[in-house]
Amino acid sequence: MLTLLIALPALGAFGITLLPRGRDELAKQVALGISIVVAVLTIGMALRFEPGGARFQFTESYWWIKQFGVHWAVGVDGVALVLIALSVILMPLVILASWSEADRFGGAELPKADLDKYARPKRSVKTYFALLLSLEAMMIGVFAATDVFLFYVFFEAMLIPMYFIIGSFGGPQRSYAAVKFLLYSLFGGLIMLVAVIALYSQGPGTFLFAELSKLNLDPTTAKWLFLGFFIAFAIKAPLVPFHTWLPDAAGQAPTGAAVLLVGVLDKVGTYGMLRFCLELFPSAAKWFTPVVITLAVIGIIYGAVLAIGQVDLKRLVAYTSISHFGFIALGIFAMTSQGQSGATLYMVNHGFSTAALFLIVGFLIVRRGSARIDAFGGVQKVAPVLAGTFLIAGLSGLALPGLSSFVSEFLVLVGTFTRYRVPAVIAAVGIVLAAVYILWMYQRTMNGPTAEPVKGMKDLSHRELAALAPIIAIIVALGFYPKPVLDVINPSVQHTMSRVQMKDPAPTVAEKGTRP
Amino acid sequence: MKGTALVTAAPNFSAPHIEYGQLAPMLLVFGVAVLGVLIEAFVGRDWRRAVQVPLAYLGLGGALAWTIYLGVDRASIEGRTLWDHAPNFKAAAMGSVAVDAPTYFLQGTILVFALVSLLLIAERGHDAFTPQAAAVPGSDAEQESMAAGSEHTEVFPLMMFAVGGMLLFPASNDLLTMFVALEVLSLPLYLLCGLARRRRLLSQEAAVKYFLLGAFSSAFFLYGVALLYGFAGSVRLSDIANEIGKQSGSEPLLLAGVALLSVGLLFKLGAVPFHSWKPDVYQGAPTPITALMASCTLVSAFGAILRVFYVGLENLRWDWRPMMWAVAIITMVAGAVIAITQTDVKRLLAYSSVAHAGFLLLGVIATSKAGLSATLFYLAAYGFTTIGAFAIVMMVRDSGGEAGHLSRWAGLGKRSPAIAGIFAFFLLAFAGIPLTSGFTGKFAVFQAAVEGGATPLVIVGVLSSAIAAFFYVRVIVVMFFSDPEPDAPAVVVGRTAATAVALGLAATVVLGVLPQPMLDLAGQAATQLFVR
Repeated sequence: MLTLLIALPALGAFGITLLPRGRDELAKQVALGISIVVAVLTIGMALRFEPGGARFQFTESYWWIKQFGVHWAVGVDGVALVLIALSVILMPLVILASWSEADRFGGAELPKADLDKYARPKRSVKTYFALLLSLEAMMIGVFAATDVFLFYVFFEAMLIPMYFIIGSFGGPQRSYAAVKFLLYSLFGGLIMLVAVIALYSQGPGTFLFAELSKLNLDPTTAKWLFLGFFIAFAIKAPLVPFHTWLPDAAGQAPTGAAVLLVGVLDKVGTYGMLRFCLELFPSAAKWFTPVVITLAVIGIIYGAVLAIGQVDLKRLVAYTSISHFGFIALGIFAMTSQGQSGATLYMVNHGFSTAALFLIVGFLIVRRGSARIDAFGGVQKVAPVLAGTFLIAGLSGLALPGLSSFVSEFLVLVGTFTRYRVPAVIAAVGIVLAAVYILWMYQRTMNGPTAEPVKGMKDLSHRELAALAPIIAIIVALGFYPKPVLDVINPSVQHTMSRVQMKDPAPTVAEKGTRP
Repeated sequence: MKGTALVTAAPNFSAPHIEYGQLAPMLLVFGVAVLGVLIEAFVGRDWRRAVQVPLAYLGLGGALAWTIYLGVDRASIEGRTLWDHAPNFKAAAMGSVAVDAPTYFLQGTILVFALVSLLLIAERGHDAFTPQAAAVPGSDAEQESMAAGSEHTEVFPLMMFAVGGMLLFPASNDLLTMFVALEVLSLPLYLLCGLARRRRLLSQEAAVKYFLLGAFSSAFFLYGVALLYGFAGSVRLSDIANEIGKQSGSEPLLLAGVALLSVGLLFKLGAVPFHSWKPDVYQGAPTPITALMASCTLVSAFGAILRVFYVGLENLRWDWRPMMWAVAIITMVAGAVIAITQTDVKRLLAYSSVAHAGFLLLGVIATSKAGLSATLFYLAAYGFTTIGAFAIVMMVRDSGGEAGHLSRWAGLGKRSPAIAGIFAFFLLAFAGIPLTSGFTGKFAVFQAAVEGGATPLVIVGVLSSAIAAFFYVRVIVVMFFSDPEPDAPAVVVGRTAATAVALGLAATVVLGVLPQPMLDLAGQAATQLFVR
């Protein structure tokens, strides 16, 4: 089943490249069709997932490279399932939203003359959609892999389509951003490769996650290996000090790719921390916890402060994500079940709310031809629907109660507070800052007197609305009723908790401020 | 000269016993080479090419078929799987040639790469070779011969001699045979390097440089052999290995001998600090010859160094390992760092080859079965990719021949997306991105090195991979993310060269996605290590 889900978009991508030149519309339709089929199949699979059943379900395992001890082993637990669901639901929406992305320029501000130059497609349209589909195959693969080697393969291979998307279809500084993105991620990945090989040499001659997570490593080795994995994931996520590639990459990427980059690809980092760092090296993870929590809290505040100061819409959203990734890392390393459940839910919610923000920002940029905040003003009067959805997406970003992010942010903070009070209190300041950057941005772009160039701006088209409406619906639905998702997540989180041998602090004891 | 002196001096001379059947692939290639020379002498000019090209294909193909037959045949006699039997392998030709499982693998690899390179050498679409090597560059004589459409069909016998030497080099069981093989493989290559059609001065300069430096390194090699003979009283690798266990008095002789011998071997595979010929020669030589050198010579040289260090000097590994560590580290790092500043595609690939030699050295340092099989696999994977890459370099042409400068490749992705895409794929394979053969090979070598206790080396390897990725990516940026110049080079796809590219692409994909059969083959070849 999972193999089919991975193979389908991969074959689709291959098929699109074989289409004759000039059949751009057909390429788009094929891409959309395949992504919808994949989404439907995934939802069907998700409905058959039994939260109380075995940890990994829909498992498949075959020898792939026997000589190396590598299996083609896939399977999903609750955490992986919801992240795969996030990816496959976003995919058709992204394709829909970037229907004409490759046809025309979609980036930062340019003089009129340059606009003509960039208005031509930089590369063929079918390439863009083929790359998107191959990216989808790898996104499913990376979350589904239950073999560490296989995970690594997807982790690295995923960079290539994204690199070409940013580099070929991005904004004016696309090549710089693409190279920076690739080199950062590759560097992290290669460090992880050493750790992967070293881990294998400690184990029973297999890369299967189930076997490797049973190992009892020598503490020093475990610390080094933890570091190897963690640096790769921290670059990917990204945590502060490894974050500098994200604003460039997300700022220059075409809108659809930016959604996938921040919404899904970066989740691989936090997913990896939860799945691999914690379960493979539980004692080392505990040893490093203070460092990670510090980085996470710095990230929350630092990302938020920088977001306030941005003048470019896309970069602003990228910086808010750095702040949010701080929350996710905080929740994971708080080592409480609320914290980790909250963090996992946060990954999903952040995926959707950032997707909405990026998409709307993308629509705005295409309309105005500029990404600068001061190029807008009073959009609400000419495009009320656009402004309305923007407000909902923004409020979700600042975790307003009733919208999905609130639940997860609350869980993370509660989970952290029971164990680490001071970090939780500082992190809570991040929520206030979130209100500042979101509302201030909204105020400057949507309210006030309508700026002259904005006057003719069209409201959302049906296609754009079709791409946005499901996301908004999910944001609201998960805000009121997150239970189904939490039910799926919780057993997996319990498993992780038992692996790191941590119990939730009892509330009564927590009042005394116990720290482990 | 030395060889004959030794033979005549040997007491009780008796006719040597030669296992012709086992040596047949080498003998066939040498025979075809000799035949090729005769054809040059007796066949009319108009017919030479028509005879030489099929003959070369047949010779290499026959040798390959025979090599495969030898492997399968020995297995079927025993009724066991291919390389499953230890005691059956013996050194042939009075112990001077070791035809064992790794030799079969290496010779098979060399022959396959030689066949693919021959596709490039015999390509009619792009004239890579000068019509008249003796004519002074830019002279009237050169113009005349070019107008007359003459060509050097001597290229084919020369190549066959070189390939024959390459087949013998990793199979040599004593150092003297190894030296002869080294010279047989090198001398034709020196000549071939100087035969480029365009930029002939550069080509001739490269040939002279290669020759001088090669001669120096041969002298080092020979001096090392002499010292080792002084130490062990024999040039046979197994005798040297036995002697290392026993003696204690003449270590300086041994160590000096090993050092000098290593210089000769490391020169051939272009390890830093003996790499300086590589960029010049790769750039100056006709591109098909560069492809031949970058694949076959590398395989052959690594085969020889593996044999020397695994068979002859295995017991000495605590002494040579620190040296090889140092060489491997600076080779990986220097190859990657210097490549960043290159602006010529062929020079860039040359430095990339230097860096890859460093990665391959990790497999040598591991001195284990895993290390051997990893190195064998890496060589097979790298050779295909590199021939494919040079084939594409041949195709990108402007009025002055190949457009070597990187800036001329700008926007190639827009003009010829397929060719640029394949080249980008090869570059990603060089960079070791998963799902390419480059990753599988690198992983195999790194894994062997970690198991052999060389984790720090692997960390250096990984860091230099990251550096190397930068310049591979830079080429991709130039090809895809920048706009073409108005007079940008065109892609001229020749038929046989396209076949070579297709083969390289297929191998790079298959060895990346489904490497198991090839890994099995390399693993089986390595199960018995080398015959003593």
